[in-house]
Amino acid sequence: MARETCGILSRTNFHRLLDALSAKGYRLVGPMVHDGAVVWDTIQRVSDLPIGWRDHQEPGRYRLEQTGSQEIFGVVHGPQSLKPFAFTPREPLVQIERSKDGFTTRSTLPSSEKVAIIGARACDLAGLGIQDQIFLQGEYQDPYYATRRGGLFIIAVNCTRALQTCFCASMDTGPCAKNGFDLALTEVDDQLLIEAGSEAGSDLLSALSLSPASQGLTRQAAALGDACAQSQVRRLDRTRLPQALYEAHEHPRWDDVAARCLACANCTMVCPTCFCHKVEETPDLTRQNSEHSRLWDSCFTQEHGYIHGKNIRPTIKDRYRMWVTHKLASWIDQFGTSGCVGCGRCITWCPVGIDLTEEVSALLKSSEQRSTSSRPQEAPGR
Amino acid sequence: MSQGIGLDIRNPQLETIIGEIRRMSRLASNGLESQRPRLGVFKFASCDGCQLSILNLEDELLALGQALDIAYFPEASSTIDSGPYELALVEGSITTEEDAHRIRFVREQAKVLITIGACATAGGIQALRNWGDVESFKQVVYPSPHYIQSLKTSTPIAEHVHVDFELWGCPIDKGQLLRVITDLLAGVQPRLPVESVCLECKRRGNVCVMVAKGLACLGPVTRAGCGAICPSMGRDCYGCFGPTEGTRKGPGLPPNTASLANHFHDGLHLIPVEVLRRFRGINGYAVPFREESNAWEQR
Repeated sequence: MARETCGILSRTNFHRLLDALSAKGYRLVGPMVHDGAVVWDTIQRVSDLPIGWRDHQEPGRYRLEQTGSQEIFGVVHGPQSLKPFAFTPREPLVQIERSKDGFTTRSTLPSSEKVAIIGARACDLAGLGIQDQIFLQGEYQDPYYATRRGGLFIIAVNCTRALQTCFCASMDTGPCAKNGFDLALTEVDDQLLIEAGSEAGSDLLSALSLSPASQGLTRQAAALGDACAQSQVRRLDRTRLPQALYEAHEHPRWDDVAARCLACANCTMVCPTCFCHKVEETPDLTRQNSEHSRLWDSCFTQEHGYIHGKNIRPTIKDRYRMWVTHKLASWIDQFGTSGCVGCGRCITWCPVGIDLTEEVSALLKSSEQRSTSSRPQEAPGR
Repeated sequence: MSQGIGLDIRNPQLETIIGEIRRMSRLASNGLESQRPRLGVFKFASCDGCQLSILNLEDELLALGQALDIAYFPEASSTIDSGPYELALVEGSITTEEDAHRIRFVREQAKVLITIGACATAGGIQALRNWGDVESFKQVVYPSPHYIQSLKTSTPIAEHVHVDFELWGCPIDKGQLLRVITDLLAGVQPRLPVESVCLECKRRGNVCVMVAKGLACLGPVTRAGCGAICPSMGRDCYGCFGPTEGTRKGPGLPPNTASLANHFHDGLHLIPVEVLRRFRGINGYAVPFREESNAWEQR
């Protein structure tokens, strides 16, 4: 059988792809409508996907709308990126049991599971790439992350519609997936153009024996991607980063944003790249057993900045500045890339709608143009 | 308010006391039953729900009874042993002259005093009287109001005596209570989260009810610990675990209630009295929530 790298599948035949994945032993996971948004969940059939739904996102607001169309991937994304699949919100690391002469430990490495994720976006893939860099590269690989990550088969969907909050084009991460996927789909009218991005993806394509994609359809898909990039209304100017943010350390805009920021940590929880975690001990009352687990943490919590008798980031201003400066500036020094992939989740899921692109643009303005408005954080009411 | 559970403990003797509890607990687990640290559970103005959370420990209740000598717990047992107690759990707020005296006696009998629940920690829902006229309430509710001996205010335990640790919630989370007891028996100062409910929501994979449904959720300024129960059921958090981080006099800075309140008003179109009522609820007398609701009274 010849290796296939590209093919088309009609919407009505989309179930064939799901069937092929199931036959290979994958649990299928896709976006499902739940509580007014889409969340990742196990799906059984195509009709479990959010057919005909579209999401509208703006700062601090997310709404779904049913358009009545047959579009399978009309919803761009929900609050979750790919982050929870490999870096889980709570990961037991080791079980400790007291023994006669001390203690014994038992590793709680997760069992590997084959999971096919259907509908990852280019920004999500970029985020996962950054997480891979953090957890898998270098001298110390994280075995928990590696086990979960190893079981993933990723089917990306190229975006053909931009949200109000998207700015992936300016971060050079989307709207079309470049790498990091096994298969990538583009929904063009009632056809799905499928490209393989890995050997496993290519094997699956071959097994499906799809009809080849016409040049016309391929061109149409590329044009939809270009139009999507063009239509993005938000952007982040990276040309002067990281230096310009270091220079903005004393900018009055930090006070302004601190008056609005709740330090609730939603931005960091939904961020596809934020990797902060804490390790927690859960002993039982008999003092014979304890579980050592890792759970998602955030640089916006009080405890995160607490180091040996002192909190080094006591105020919301300290924390917001830390987050943005790390994400957009020192991340570049640390990892060689920006920590932001332009998915816009931090904008949508901020309860008070703080817009990262707007804050950065204000922070990068010269001192003469600086805003002088600021409200003290402590004052209740206005 | 006294210091919350967390990072700044100012009782200089506490470390010695916790060390002593640990020593007793060790001896007890080695067979010296008589050495078990003694527990007293005391009730003031409250609904008993937090005490029921202790009884709801069910699976762990036997282990708890083995680890501690449950010496005074009228809700659970008619056996009443006099103090002193290594550990006192105090439920309820101070609403009468008599209780204001009794809490001093409890403090004298207790080596470590922990308040359990919104009433003991922040004055409870009955602290709404602090904005009203108790005399007129009495006239309306009771046929013989002169029988009612009551203070004009409902105040948290920490306004009367020193409190070592505070457990928030209406009711408290039984897991948190067990954790605090486990830590004390192990000789460790308990540390409970002071972060926002939002972290628990996101760890559970919940969709934000404020962003996706426009509900006026107090989660961003409310401390974690409940497991995000209400948002997990599609409801907005009403702040029963109290303000995140520090209270105004405790460690840490108060949460940014002003920004959230402004968003309730400007973004979610709540009128000022509705904003006020969001903050003036079960923990309405907790300082950051109290000051926020007072600020909206002026509008």
